[in-house]
Order: sequence, then structure tokens, then C-alpha cells
Amino acid sequence: MVIECLVLGAGQEVGKSCVVVTINGKRIMFDCGMHMGYLDHRRYPDFSLISKSHDFTRSLSCIIITHFHLDHIGALPYFTQVCGYNGPIYMTYPTKALAPLMLEDYRKVMVDRRGEEEQFSSEHIVECMKKVTAVDLKQTIQVDEDLQIRAYYAGHVLGAAMFYAKVGDAAIVYTGDYNMTPDRHLGAAQIDRLQLDLVITESTYATTYRDSKYVREREFLKAVHKCVASGGKVLIPTFALGRAQELCMLLDDYWERMNLKVPIYFSAGLTIQANMYYKVLINWTSQKVKDTYATRNAFDFKNGMISGGFSLEVFKQWAPCEKNLVTLPGYCVAGTVGHKLMSAKIPTQIRLDEDVQINVRCQIHQLSFSPHTDAKGIMDLVKFLSPKHVILVHGEKPKMVTLKEKIQSELGIQCYLPANSESLCIPTTHHIKAGASDAFVRSCLSPNFKFLKTNSAELDDSHKRTMPLLQVYDDRVSEGILTLQKNQSPKVVNQNEFMEALGVEKHEVKLAHCFRVYIPDSESGDASDCLPSTSRKGSLLHLISEKLCRELPDFDVQDCQEHIQIQSVVVSFCSNEKCPHRTGVSLQSVDKKEVHFCCSWSVADDALAWRIVASIKNLELDT
Amino acid sequence: MEFTCLSEGKGYYFPPCHILDICGFRVLFDCPMDLSSLAIFSPVPTSSNSIAYNRKFSCSSEKYAGLELNEDKRLKIDKPLDANSLIGAEPHYRTVKNLLLWNVSFIDVVLISSPMGMLGLPFLTRNKDFSAKVYATEATARIGQLMMEDLVSMHKEYRQFYGAEESDAPQWMKWDELELLPLELRQIVFGADGTEFGGWMPLYSAADVKACMLKVECLKYAEEACYGGTLIIQAFSSGLEIGSCNWGISGPKASISYISSSVFSSAAAMSFNYQALQRSDVILYSDFSSCNGLDKFDNDDNCSGAAGNNYSNLSSDDVNSEGHDTLLNDEEYLEEMEKLNFICSCSVDCIKAGGSVLIPIARIGITLQLLERFAVNLASENMRVPIFLISSVAEELIAFTNIIPEWLCEQWQDRLYSGQPLFSHVEMLKDGRLYLFPAIHSLKLLKTWQEPCIVFCPHWSLRLGPVVHLLLRWSADQNSLLVMEEGLDANLALLPFKPMAMKVLQCSFVSGIQMQKSHHLLKILQPRHVLFPEILRQHIGPLETVFSFNYYSENKMVHIPYMKDSELDITVELACQLQYTTLKQQDMNISRLKGELMIEHGRYRLHLGNDEQVSSHPRPLVHFGRIDLNNLLTALQKLDMNATLEEVTGAAGSHKASRIHVSEPSKAMIEVIEAQTVISAADENIASVISQAISGVLDCI
Repeated sequence: MVIECLVLGAGQEVGKSCVVVTINGKRIMFDCGMHMGYLDHRRYPDFSLISKSHDFTRSLSCIIITHFHLDHIGALPYFTQVCGYNGPIYMTYPTKALAPLMLEDYRKVMVDRRGEEEQFSSEHIVECMKKVTAVDLKQTIQVDEDLQIRAYYAGHVLGAAMFYAKVGDAAIVYTGDYNMTPDRHLGAAQIDRLQLDLVITESTYATTYRDSKYVREREFLKAVHKCVASGGKVLIPTFALGRAQELCMLLDDYWERMNLKVPIYFSAGLTIQANMYYKVLINWTSQKVKDTYATRNAFDFKNGMISGGFSLEVFKQWAPCEKNLVTLPGYCVAGTVGHKLMSAKIPTQIRLDEDVQINVRCQIHQLSFSPHTDAKGIMDLVKFLSPKHVILVHGEKPKMVTLKEKIQSELGIQCYLPANSESLCIPTTHHIKAGASDAFVRSCLSPNFKFLKTNSAELDDSHKRTMPLLQVYDDRVSEGILTLQKNQSPKVVNQNEFMEALGVEKHEVKLAHCFRVYIPDSESGDASDCLPSTSRKGSLLHLISEKLCRELPDFDVQDCQEHIQIQSVVVSFCSNEKCPHRTGVSLQSVDKKEVHFCCSWSVADDALAWRIVASIKNLELDT
Repeated sequence: MEFTCLSEGKGYYFPPCHILDICGFRVLFDCPMDLSSLAIFSPVPTSSNSIAYNRKFSCSSEKYAGLELNEDKRLKIDKPLDANSLIGAEPHYRTVKNLLLWNVSFIDVVLISSPMGMLGLPFLTRNKDFSAKVYATEATARIGQLMMEDLVSMHKEYRQFYGAEESDAPQWMKWDELELLPLELRQIVFGADGTEFGGWMPLYSAADVKACMLKVECLKYAEEACYGGTLIIQAFSSGLEIGSCNWGISGPKASISYISSSVFSSAAAMSFNYQALQRSDVILYSDFSSCNGLDKFDNDDNCSGAAGNNYSNLSSDDVNSEGHDTLLNDEEYLEEMEKLNFICSCSVDCIKAGGSVLIPIARIGITLQLLERFAVNLASENMRVPIFLISSVAEELIAFTNIIPEWLCEQWQDRLYSGQPLFSHVEMLKDGRLYLFPAIHSLKLLKTWQEPCIVFCPHWSLRLGPVVHLLLRWSADQNSLLVMEEGLDANLALLPFKPMAMKVLQCSFVSGIQMQKSHHLLKILQPRHVLFPEILRQHIGPLETVFSFNYYSENKMVHIPYMKDSELDITVELACQLQYTTLKQQDMNISRLKGELMIEHGRYRLHLGNDEQVSSHPRPLVHFGRIDLNNLLTALQKLDMNATLEEVTGAAGSHKASRIHVSEPSKAMIEVIEAQTVISAADENIASVISQAISGVLDCI
């Protein structure tokens, strides 16, 4: 069994996340994003790789969207309404609520402002969202009889989730974007310890290690405060929906603390609308925010005001004045204005499009708090989940290579970084299913104590102290019999049940050997002759038992007066002249010093028995 | 598996209570209490307004007179039922009596299906022997907590009036006092057949509620909770109320679905998710609503006022239509909406006439729906009457409903997706159409109070909380309206407030599966076995089904057989090491299996034991079957042995043993007796060759 992993987007790049994973015949598309840096066909994942016949509904079991960012959901309306995918789509409640806002906003920007031909219409978005099934965190959804999926909290943005998918015994986790440290309004990613064959993780900050975010927050607030104090205006474009709320909470808090009266304006539309959702979906934010909801919903900002306008329009107006400040998000996709500003030296000129060029003289502050996990977070998550394989997506190749080596060397987990359109196969776990009888299960669960005595005489001093005289083991080794019959599923029973079911009896196969040993009179003088023969024999047996103890240290030698028992091997004196087990040359024993030993054992202890026989026979040589 | 019904309950406010023994664990379903029994107590007299004051005055003077009369009438058994016969003492609360018969420490898991099913939980959790894990959905836990806190705070009024209780057994509980109660009250105290006395407890404290909540594990919708590695427990919406659920429990030997009262297309809560319960082995059917509905026809009270209206929650559904369509038709939903609209229009009429409306209904979904409707209806009539929501937890409750869109019905969820505010009450609160107050005596309420108005307040039993005061105030006003639920004995409930000039509207809401629908439901769910309540036997009729079923009744243990073997996962590493042998007679391959058994997430898994001791001590081979001597001889001869057979007979001539003597290549003897064979040989090699030959003619493992 294998998991096949086809990367349609975000392979060794950031943008248009889309991975199609086939687990035991079930095909799941994780994310359906668009690339913000391209305007041609490259903005969408190459869907034709999924199915040549373009029958996507049949070739995919379901689509899972991790969060509402356009690089994760941007191509969804196109895929469902234009390409015709009609199967189930899953996303969390907040994602389902906020995604249409993002899509509609994007569509408007593309069509109304850039005058582009629209890829999908408003109706497309509405129709597409109707096909979506909203899910709660940890809700376990049975997509069909075999495919099970589950969402886990991912931090990143409101409603962002990592998804677990399981088919049969094979299971994977696709992380989407996540954050391992809580921020002002969202908690840190949370997931159960799962048995996984594969983890597909983002790696935006594959080599970055961040310090405390409070330092960064302070820097940001200081920059903003300085600017407004000297009469400047601050523009905070927040491309990501969640960032707006985070920064608003930060500023709202700061304004109150510093008793500032400078107005804060929200760009109308998206943020206001989104804010309403944040209030309703407060359960999806951090614990701290949640705890305060009864008194004051943290998203009722006190200092906020509303005004119209797009950040780009404002930017055009404010950029030429050096008193003003523009903050930039931590990560800007190549090709956007933000990206140009990031690499520019102020003052500079920036070309917006063919005809528009602006002089930029304002100050630039780069925000360095990001909703993505840093490298330590990725390592922590991978270590915690300990999957058999890791695939890195959503990152830049050189950094990903470094991280891959780290994962392989430090965690010993196979790691891959497939490029777009590449397909990868990963072996999976598989269990054989069998029915187990009650008696078998019971016998496995009942304790199986074993007491091992340590012979103190054999131990040297150093061991004497550390080794207890009696050791108790509880090895619950499960033993049973697996039966395979035609047209029946395999079944496990215990031995007695098996015999009973077949109606057969156990047949014991034993081996026996009776042999002669010449015992020289080792005891000095005639004292031994005076001893009654039984006690003489007893001391002889004892002698043998001690010898065997020495020679077979791994076995428990039991000296039971009349006989010695080691496992199933029983050694005793034999006085029966016609013992049936005496084979070979049968000589009348004339010599009193000649003794017969009779050994019997079951087949399993054959090798041991012959060792014992040889050992006893050696008695005459030893003494 | 053993199943015992502890209580069949009594409608929506007193859900059933059961205990199930599965895979060695004991699972308790719900822990409710019977608040309708509060009816035997007299509400706290009040002096908050003039009308009530007068009434109270006359009331209490009558009462004292009545008490004196009592002394004389000791011998008379059946007193007529009037306001004075109610017990004037701090109330006790009736819990599930049969639960007290069980050892609390033996309960492993408690599953709470609805906020109502939680109200008796503090009685259980405050027991020091209680060690079970309690599971409830997040919404149920929160709403249940608020309801319990509200109950404790309302009860405080009694305590303030009567003072601290002196002993566990109050005066009214004394046998001779109870004997003197009128028949109607005795029936509540002792049960209909007079055998159910017991389970009356003084109310828990706020601290008990707090401690109880710490023991509740909140579950997300359909989250898999794993108990003891063995049971996987999942909650799926039942549609009865926001947060209420049915349970799926699966262990290695069986999967069980517990179906509590469920609603297919709920007016407020997320609807009954029955698809999730498909293909479970056993269904515990615990929806008594259809028989509660039937009861209603039997003892129909005449106390519904002028506007009284009887709604049946049994509709003449077309039984013939099949499948999901039948289950999901919106007839039920539309009917429910119609009821709500009717309540609204009655209320509007009453306000037009200058009266006020009092709605003591504890169903949150219904309250939310009515608020929506009032917002629309009042606006369209251009009326500005304030709506008051008076409860110690009103604010928390309303705030909470705003943040659980996951538990709301589709219609409300769609509002979220289309960018509208979830509820209009957010807007109503802002512009002063709706007020939330913690208590009737709060200063703010007195300042904003104006009549006519609409008041939502607890408690539905009409014995506790703000409703008592408002009833005393308005009961004489013929223009005012009381909206109450059916199922409550209205005659008894309204007793302390008589004579009632106020209009009373009694209505019922959908609170379970209709009998006709349950047939379709079970057809879709395809269980292998179903447990029905005994009292549904007559309604179920002859079922032509593929599943087996039986009936359960209160306090009788029902045995449910396990339907299958435990399932075992064998790891590939282990499976690869298996060596199969084929049995001689049967067409069967067998292999000795040895490993380490783990139970993980409700499944048994056999791993390769990595213990050295295991591998170094192979278990002795086991032989079975009978030795065919001729076959053995042939086998030995094939191995170039010279073997001869000798039969040994015992003294009495009976067959004792068979011996095979081997002379070549070296001497050996094989003795075969019944189920034992002994090989005697001096040579190790020949002995092992012979034993292999014997293994060849026997089956072995």
C-alpha cells in the first residue's frame, strides 16, 4: 500500500497551495489556492494532472480547505464552477464564513480595478460556497465508509486548521499554514499525538528562529507613536484578514494605556464585515480572548472609526510625505507592491502599473510578527507527531533544503520537497484484520507473572547488592492460534478453544532415554557404604543438580528429592531392570557403582535434554 | 452488555436516565431531576406590589386558618385540593430514585445528552466516591451550568423566607404529614402507584455546581473521546435543544447508538444527525416523546383559558412515503413555526388590549425564535413595548447564544454565511427594545419597567423565580396572557394564583421523533438489534424488520448479546513471521501467533513482541490427532529404518499399547498409548528423525 502525493502548487514556492493525496484509493485535494504573483495560467494549479478526462467529481473523494487565505482557497470557485467539480468540500465554520468575503474582494479588485476579465463571478462564489460542509474542530467526519477526516486548531488565522485524514490503517496530516506560538487574538496550533505515515507541512520560515514577540510589538508601537506624535499619518495595510484584528487589538490596547486620542480608521468593507464574524466566532480565538467574552467582546474596539478607501489609494496620497509611516507585513508575495517596497531604498520611485509611478518618501516599518511558525515550531511539530515521512511545501527551496537535512539528521525522519507537478509515493502501514475470540483476549489481558530466583552464590559482590533475590516478571505475551479458512476472515483463538472447535485431542509426544553411569566412589573411606542407599542416591542427585546448575545457568534447575526437573526434562534414578527406555546394549549391572538414570522430556526440549544427558554421562569423567 | 433503565422520565424537562454495561465499563446516560414535582410546594408569598400584597394577605390568613383547621381534620383522608394544601416549606427536589440503588463508585462514564439531563449531576458528583468521567457537548455543559446556577439562585428566595433548614428530614416529610396531603399531591410524592417515595433531596449549593462543572469534560461536535483506550465516545446533534446530542459508543466488540429525544428539523438547534448513527450494532431507543404525547390526550386539563389551544405533536404523516424525504420533510418545522407565530399573534392581541405577556418557557431555542418573531411582529404593528428577559443568568445566556453558531439550525447558520447578524436580539438590546435583568427587584428594572410588556423569565414550574411575582401581579388582569407548556398539570401549577382572570395559552413543542418516522429512521440506520421502551410496545406494533429487538422497562436489567468477535489488527511485521501449516483433515491453514497485545483507540492491536525472552523460548509444539500406525511404519521405512510392530496387551487381554521397534540404523523404540507417544533412543539423531516422522503423521502446531 502506498500514499501517492501529487503536488499541484506550493511545491518549492509560496503561493497556490494545492496537494492531491491518494490514500488507499481515496483521493483528497488539500487546498485549492491561487498564486498572487501571476496573472496568466500559472496563477491556478494545473488541474489537468488530476484527471485527463476532466471528470474531477469522480476522481476526487473530497476537497479540504485549511483556511481562507487566497493562496489556499483562491482557485476554489474556478475549480467548482468552471472546471465542474461537484463533490464534497470541507472547511471550518470561520473559513466558510470568511472565505466569500476574501474571494469577492479579490474578484472586485481584479475586475473593477484592474479591468481584467473575470475568472469567476459573484454567483460562482455563492454557488461554490453552497457546496461546502462546515466542520468544527476535532469533529470526526466520515466522508465515506473508509475515509475519515478531522480538523485541528492551527492558529495562523481565524478558523485555520490542520487536517488529519485516514483511510484504513494509513493516515496523514496536512498542516496548511500554522503558528506554534499564540498571538494576541489566536491560540497556538494544537494537535493530538497520532500515528501517521506522512505529514505535509508548510515551511515559510524554514530557517528563521524568532525571539520574543513582545520586543517586536514594542518596536511597532513605538514607530507608530513617534509618527503620530510628530503629526504624521500611519498606513497599515493588512493583506491578511486576521492581521487587521491582531493589530487593532494591539493598537486599541496601547491607545487606552497611553490615553491617545488620535483617531484610528478602518478601511471600510472587508475589515468591518470580518470583525462581525470575529465577534460571533470568538470560540475560535485564543483562550484569553474567549474568557472575557461575557463582559466585553474583545472585538468591540473602542477607538475605531470607519472610513472608506483602499489602502493603495491612501498609499498613493501619503507616500510622498516623509512624515508619514507605512508598515509592511512580514511576508510579501513576489510581484506585489509590498514586495517592491520591501526591497527598495527610501526615497525611491515605484511603478504601480504601466502609467502610474509614485514617489515614495515616507518611512517604512517592516512588521516582523507573522502568523507562520518559525523553524523551531516546524521541528517541534514534526517531532511531536513523529510521522514516518515528511513532505515540505509552501516555502523557498534553499531554505527548505536546509530544513529537510535538519529533519533527516536530527529526527531521523525521511523528508521530501517535491516541486510543482511532481508526484511522490510513500509506503504505508497496514494491519491484517482478524477476529479474536473472547478467551484469547482475556488470556492476553490477564497478568502472567513469572518469578525468577537469583542464585546468590553465583553472583559476585557487585551484583549481589543490585540484584534482588527474587525477580517478578509480568510478560503478557499473547499467544494464540491464527486460523485461515476458505471464504472466512482470519480468526485468532487460544489453544484450548481451537482443539475444542476441531474436536481433537492433544497428543503428547515424548522422548525418553535410560542410560548407565559409572559412579566412582568419590567419598573417602567406607563411610559412604554405611549410608542408607536412598540418602546416598539423594546426595548424588543433589550433586548432579548442582553440576547442572553450574552448566546451565539460564535454566531453572529444580531439585525435587526424587528427581531433578529442568523445563520438561525429568531426570531420576532407574531401578527397573527392564526399563523400556533402555536401548542399546543391555548389560547386567554388576558393579554397585553403576547407576541407571532415566530421562524423559517432550519434543520441544530435545536439545536441552541431550545436553543434560551428556552432562550426566560426563559425571564419571569429572569425578 | 447489560442495560438498565433507571427512569423513563417525564417529557422534555425530565429526560430518561439509563445505565449500560459495555466492555466492562458502566455508562450512565443523563442525570436529570424532576422539577415538575416542585408543584407540591407553595411558592414564596410576596409583597412586591399592592395586588399581590392583598392577595398574599388574604392568602396567608386563610392559610393560618387552614392550619388550625388541619388540627381538627386530622382524620379526614382526602382533602379537597386548594392553595392551602400545598406544602409551605423549603422545597426538596426529586431525583432519579433508582440511581440511588447503584454504587456511585462503580460508574465509569456519565454521558449528558441535554442541559436538562444535567440538572441532577451535582448530587452525583458531590458524592466522595464519584470517580466517573463526565462527557457533555460544550454547549450543553455551558447552558446546563447556567440553568443550575439559576436554579440555585432562585431557590435562595425560599431559603431567605423559611430560614436555614434545621435537619435533613423536614416536618413535611414526616409520614403522618404526608398521609394528610390531598390525593393529587400524594401521587406526586409517592408516585402513581404509591411506591416511589424516595429520591427527595435538598438542593445542591453553588459550590456543588462549581465542583460539578470541573468534572465535566467538554466535547466538540462529533469529537472522538477515548475512554480507557477501549470506548470511543462521540456526540452528534439530536436537534432537541441547542447543544443536546445523541451518543455513539464503540468498543472493540460492539458499537452502540443512544438515541435520546430527537428532532429532525429543529426550529433553533442543529438538526438530528441520524446519518452518523448508521450501521451501529445496537440502538438504544430512548425517545419517549411519542408516548408523552399520547398521555396528553388522556388527561387533558380544562384550564387552558380562552385562547387555549391544543397542538398535537403527532401529525398524520404519510407513512407510505419512504426514506430521508419523510424524515426531513419540513412539515414539522413549518408546524412549529406556525405555533410560534400563533403565540406571537396572541401576544400582540393581548398587548393591544393593554395586557402584558408572561412567558415562563425554559427552552432556549424557543425563546430565541420568539424574540426573532416579536422583533418582526411588533415592528410591523408599529408597537413599542419593551421585552424583558429576567433571570440571574440572562446576560450570560444571551451572550453565549451569540458565539455558538456551530450548534444552530441551518437557517441561522445561513445568516452567518450571508453576512447578516445571527440574531436580531443584538440589535434589540442596543436600541432598547429588549432588556436583560438579573432579578425582578433590581433597581434598573424598576426604573425601566413599563406595562404592557413581554416578559421571559423562569421558572416553568411556576414555583420559583420572577414568574411567581409577575403571576401574582397579573393573575387578576383578564387582558394579560400566560404562555405555558403543555405536559405540566396546569390545574396544580396555577393553584396558588387562583382565581385566574389572566388568559392562559398552553402549547406543546416538538420534543421527539414521531412514531411513524421512527420506523423509517430504523430502516435507514440498519442496526442489528434495537432496544425499545416497553411502553412503546403497543405503538410499535408488529415490525417486519431485519434487526432483532426487545423491550425494556424501568429498573429491569436487559441483557444484550455481543454481535461479533473482537476485532484484532495484526501488524505486518508480525504477520510476515507467521508460519502456516495446513491441517490434514480440514481445509484450514493455521499458525501459532505470538506478540504483544495493545488496546489503542478502541482497537486491539497485536505487535511483534520485542522481548528477547519471548524469542529464546519457543513454545513447545503441540501435537494433536491420532497416530495411524501403518502410516508411521511406512514413514519410518521410507527413512531407511527397519521397524517392526508389537502390540502389548494388558493383564486382562485389553489393548494396552503399541510398540514399534527400530533396529536399523540404530536401536530405538516407539511406544504409542492413546494420546501419548514415547520415543526411546540412545542416539540423538535417530530420536530426532523419528520425532519428525511422528510429527509428519500427526497435526501439529
